[in-house]
Amino acid sequence: MTALDTHRLRAADALDVARAENRAALIGYLPVGYPDLAGSIEAARVLIDHGADMIELGLPYSDPVMDGPVIQKAASAALRGGVRTRHVLEAVEALSGRGAAILVMSYWNPVLAYGPNAFARDLAAAGGAGVITPDLIPDEGADWIAASEEHGVDRVFLVAPSSPPDRLAHVVSHTRGFVYAASTMGVTGTRASVSAATEGLVARTREAGAENVCVGLGVSNGEQASQVGAYADGVIVGSAFVRALLDHEGDAPAARTALATVTDDLRAGVERSRTRQ
Amino acid sequence: MSTPDPRPVVTDLARPFGELRSEAGPYFGDFGGRFLPEALVPALDELRETYEKAVLDPEFIAELQRLAREYTGRPSLLSEAPRFSQLAGGARILLKREDLNHTGSHKINNVLGQVLLTKRMGKSRVIAETGAGQHGVATATAAALFGLDCTIYMGEEDTERQALNVARMRLLGADVIAVTQGSRTLKDAINEAFRDWVANVETTHYLLGTVAGPHPFPVMVRDFHRIIGEEARAQTLDLVGRLPDVVVACVGGGSNAMGIFHAFLDDVDPLVRLVGCEAGGEGISSGLHSATIGGGTPGVLHGSHSFVMQDEDGQTIASHSISAGLDYPSVGPEHAWLADIGRAEYRAVDDGPAMEAFALLSMTEGIMPAIESAHALAGALELGRELGEDAVILVSLSGRGDKDVDTASRWFGLVGEDSGRADLEALRARARSTSDSTASTSEKNGKETR
Repeated sequence: MTALDTHRLRAADALDVARAENRAALIGYLPVGYPDLAGSIEAARVLIDHGADMIELGLPYSDPVMDGPVIQKAASAALRGGVRTRHVLEAVEALSGRGAAILVMSYWNPVLAYGPNAFARDLAAAGGAGVITPDLIPDEGADWIAASEEHGVDRVFLVAPSSPPDRLAHVVSHTRGFVYAASTMGVTGTRASVSAATEGLVARTREAGAENVCVGLGVSNGEQASQVGAYADGVIVGSAFVRALLDHEGDAPAARTALATVTDDLRAGVERSRTRQ
Repeated sequence: MSTPDPRPVVTDLARPFGELRSEAGPYFGDFGGRFLPEALVPALDELRETYEKAVLDPEFIAELQRLAREYTGRPSLLSEAPRFSQLAGGARILLKREDLNHTGSHKINNVLGQVLLTKRMGKSRVIAETGAGQHGVATATAAALFGLDCTIYMGEEDTERQALNVARMRLLGADVIAVTQGSRTLKDAINEAFRDWVANVETTHYLLGTVAGPHPFPVMVRDFHRIIGEEARAQTLDLVGRLPDVVVACVGGGSNAMGIFHAFLDDVDPLVRLVGCEAGGEGISSGLHSATIGGGTPGVLHGSHSFVMQDEDGQTIASHSISAGLDYPSVGPEHAWLADIGRAEYRAVDDGPAMEAFALLSMTEGIMPAIESAHALAGALELGRELGEDAVILVSLSGRGDKDVDTASRWFGLVGEDSGRADLEALRARARSTSDSTASTSEKNGKETR
C-alpha cells in the first residue's frame, strides 16, 4: 500500500457507504472535455456535491458503438475541442479525494494505445478507482487483468440481458469492484421505463457470484432510480446528466443548476429505494 | 469460351488444409479476436456454431452451390486482357471476372452464405453496412430472394457519391439509412449497424460484408469468398499451364483479396506473390488515404485487433479515397497477419493511378471496372513493368464500374464546366497505342480458358 492508497476510494468503498445507509449508490457519468475540460470537471463536482457516490468519467472516443445520440454528441464535441487521454487522468486527479470514487469509462482502443499497464498505473497515481470497459470482454482482457491487478484498480466488465449463466459466471469471476448490468439490449440513452427483466438479470448475476451489481442504461429520473435501487447496489445514470449539459450549452450557471436538479432528484430516488412499499 | 465447368463450384468449406490455409481464427498471430460488448457474445457464439455446423452439412453446401450456379452465375470467367497487358510491359494480365456475378461484384458470394445462415438461425431481418453500395445491393438482393426484412446503413457522404446504388437498394425493397455521425462514411455505418444489432439481436443478423469485425466474421466471410481463388487458380493453370507469378487485389476491409489469396497461400515454392492494393487517396504523405497496413498501426476497431488508422491516443483517423468501398480505416485481421509474417505485400495506389487504370481498362478491353478494382489494375500495371514480359499477373476484378460513372465523369471533366482532374484524351492516345492483338494472342494462348 502506498500512502496514496489510503485515501483512494475504490468502487466497493463507495458501495459500502451507501449500503451502510440502507440505500443504493448513485453513479453519475459525464464525458471529460464537454463543454470543455474545466467545465466537465466542474460538472462532476456538482454531481458529487449533490450526492453522487461514484463518478464515471467518460473518455471520449471516435467510434462509440455502445452510445446513443446524446452521449455521442457530447463526446464528439469534446474530441473536436481537443480532449486527450491525459486530460482524463487530469480530471480524475482533480476530482479524487472529494468523497466519491472516480472511475473511467473507456472503450478499449484508447487504453490499448496508452498502454494498459501505464494506464492502470497512472490512473491509480491520479487517485482513480478503476475502469469500466464496455467493449472489452474478459476473454480478450489478459493484459488488462494483469495490469489492473498489479496497480490495484477496479476492472468493471458488463453483463447484458442476453448473457447466459456461463457468461455471467465468467464475467463475474474476472470483475473487481462491481458488475455493470446493462438493463436493456441497446445503447446508452434515456428511456421511458426500465425493463422489469432487469431485476432478474441482477438476481442471476448475484447467483453467479457477484457481490456488487450496478444497473445502467436508460435510468434518467428519481422514480426509476428508486425502482432500480430496490434491487441493485448502484444506479448508473449518464444521458440524463449529459442532456442537462447539452440543453444549456454556453450557459454554465444554468447548466450547473440543471445538473443539481437532476442529481437531487436521483439522490432522493436512491434514498427511498429500500423503503418503498 | 465458356463451356460448363464440371468442377464443383463451391468446395467443401470444412478445412482439410495444411500450413497457412488452415488458419481458422479467432486469432491470426496477434490479430483478430472479439473486442465487442458482452451483450453480443451470445449472438456471435450462435453464429459461429451455426456456421460450423452448416459447413459440415451436405444440404447446406448443396444449396450454396446451387445458388452460386443458378443465381450468381458461377463460375465467373477468367479473361485475358491482351491490349491492357501491353500497357504493363507486356506481362500477361488475367482478370478474374467477379464483376460478372449477379449484382455486379464479388459481394454476393458472402451474402448468399450468410443469408442461408440467417434462415438457419430463425432470424427474419438482416442489416448491413455499405460503402460503395456493392455489399448493400447484394444484401438487399438476397433479402428480396429470401423474403427477409433488410436495413442498410450507409455513410451520408457515400449516399451522395453512390446515389445510383442507394436507388437500387430501395428498389429492391430495403430501407437505406444515411448515417450522419462522425466522418459519415463506411466506419460510421458499421458503428450504427452494431448499435442496431445490439438492440435487435433476437430477430436480426448483422450481415457484415468484409473479412473484418469480431470472430467468426473474418474466417466465415473469407470462406464464402474462397471460391474466387479456387476457381481462378484452376483456370489459370488451364489457361497458361502454370501458376501466376503474382495475384493482385484491392484491399479495403479485404474480402475479395482474402477470397482470391487464400487458394494461393501455400504456393510458396515456386512463390506466388500476393499483392494487396490499398487506397493511397491523395498520397500517404498527405494524410488523406485509406492505406491501413501501409500507414496505420496495430489497434482495435469494430471488434478485432488489426491495423488501424489512429492517432497516438487511439482515436480513429478518418480515411480518404475516391473509392467509397476502400474508404475504411482498418483492415481484416488475416491481412494484418499476412503482412506481419511477410506472406503478402501491401502497396498504396493513389486516386490518380487508380482512375487512369479505370479508364485504360475501359478503353483497351471494353471492361469498365469498379474504382475499387481499378486500384488492383493500377497495381498490376506497376507490377507488370517491374516483372517484364514473361510474368503472369492474376487480377481480382472484384466489381463492375457502372456505379462509378458519375465519379469518373467528374474526375475526367466530362460533365459541367469543371475541367476535371485528369485528361481523358491523353489516356485515349495511350489506349490507341496498343494493338488489336486478337490473332497473336490466341496463338500465344494456344487454348481456351477452361
